[in-house]
Amino acid sequence: MSWLEVIHPGVQSTVQDSGRRGYRHHGLAAGGALDLISFTWANKLLDNPRHAACLEIMLGGFRAIAQGSLQIAITGARTSVTVNGEPVELWRTLNLDDGDELTISHSVHNRLIYLAVAGGLDSPEQFGSRTVVVREKLEGRGPLKTVDKLVPREPQRKVPSREVPAHQRPDFSSEVVIGLIPGYQYSQFQRTDILRLTTSNYTVSDQSDRMGFRLQGPALDCPPPGIISEGIAHGSVQIPGDGQPIVLLNDGQTIGGYPKPGVVPILDCSRLAQQLPGGRVRFELCDLATAQNQRRLFELHYQNTRWCQNGQALEWL
Amino acid sequence: MIEPVSEDTILITLAPAIDDTLPARIASLVDSIRRAGFHWLVDMVPSYTTLMVVYDPVLVDFRQVTDKLRPIVHRLSTQGHTAELKSRLVELPVYYSAETGPDLQWLATESGLDCEEVIRRHSSVEYRVHALGFAPGFAFMGQVDPSIAAPRKTTPRKQVPAGSVGIANRQTAVYPQVSPGGWQLIGRCPTRLFDSTNLSLLKVGDRVRITPISREAFLAAGGELMP
Repeated sequence: MSWLEVIHPGVQSTVQDSGRRGYRHHGLAAGGALDLISFTWANKLLDNPRHAACLEIMLGGFRAIAQGSLQIAITGARTSVTVNGEPVELWRTLNLDDGDELTISHSVHNRLIYLAVAGGLDSPEQFGSRTVVVREKLEGRGPLKTVDKLVPREPQRKVPSREVPAHQRPDFSSEVVIGLIPGYQYSQFQRTDILRLTTSNYTVSDQSDRMGFRLQGPALDCPPPGIISEGIAHGSVQIPGDGQPIVLLNDGQTIGGYPKPGVVPILDCSRLAQQLPGGRVRFELCDLATAQNQRRLFELHYQNTRWCQNGQALEWL
Repeated sequence: MIEPVSEDTILITLAPAIDDTLPARIASLVDSIRRAGFHWLVDMVPSYTTLMVVYDPVLVDFRQVTDKLRPIVHRLSTQGHTAELKSRLVELPVYYSAETGPDLQWLATESGLDCEEVIRRHSSVEYRVHALGFAPGFAFMGQVDPSIAAPRKTTPRKQVPAGSVGIANRQTAVYPQVSPGGWQLIGRCPTRLFDSTNLSLLKVGDRVRITPISREAFLAAGGELMP
């Protein structure tokens, strides 16, 4: 059996998959990879099952030693990665031999790095998922620690060398535009506040985590008062009394009573989640059908494409 | 009213304001949707006046989901609700005391009552679970007698012990795990409200009756006194 022995786990590294399905009515967050795009590509590179678990490494600073040979893929934040001190590229398959030392530097541009192993990471399943929701403090569910082992579920399976085509890699530049699907209490917001929300520049606050991203910018003047608590969709934009938006993400609470002018599409949440404090964000109204079509295309691409033999492109089945 | 709110969720609003008949109606709606066996259904999150339905957007779009749900919602609103009779009754023992309820004396003074009367009023009402959320297994129950309703603390406690029973306005709840919290604490319940195998003990629509118990009974039932 082969595995990765963790020497430095980084600031906060957690095992993540697509999250829990169907447990929110127990008050359990969905969890799952914050950046669905990078997570999905890491698995796609290795022909892993769509929902296979990866390691989500926040801000880098990760080091591990291969015990036995294994194949991995690293995607996400721009950062430098080395194997035995030699630089290697992200967004491609990587073969490690016994004793190889993998180092992922601190990321200064973006937040999240995904490390997938061929076959998917093994870890205890709970509520139909391997996600770790740190804030729930459930037993045996915490961030990665030194000397933890990252073990593949199916050892020794290898795919040919591949890399994600450049035009299909997400752009995590320092300014992101995220959609806002009007909904929930949209019509209760004043017209001027909606205009302010969709035309202003916001910056990501340092009070942002897996629960939600707080944005700072021109405060909305007169958000509607609190509402009766209702179910919160992934990507919901809450406007508390201070008028500054909070985009609720994977580990967010399941119900809440702040008014919401709408919801950010999940693929846009991925781009948002890659931003560091100070990163610039703008909202742009978008319609539900478009968001739904983009999401569907994204999922179908995973299921219905396969790698060309040269490992440089994908073709639809 | 059925409205799409995101690429994978729809919100059904049953009433504009909270009332005591809603938990049973919402539980009945959850039951009807579940029994319809939709292959695209992922989750349903009930709250005070709403039901959020989560679906798989690869399988259906928001128009199809709305079309499928509309007749079910319509049927419920015309036929009334039979769930009332079937709803489950859960009994929760509570040890009310200064050592387990640091706000009990404050609440008594604030309400112009003595502690015994606060306990009597809190434990003589049959509550309904209106919503779950905030933390795994955290059930919002209503309605607390208006004479002992109290606002949340202005500064929440950093750590509320597991099992703590709190009041916030006309709601009451038991904290399933240690967590931060701003509710006024009046006692502690030794029953586990959430565990990884059985998940949440309470669900929306359940009826809940609270029985005051002694210190001895609390300890015998596995209750812990740690602050």
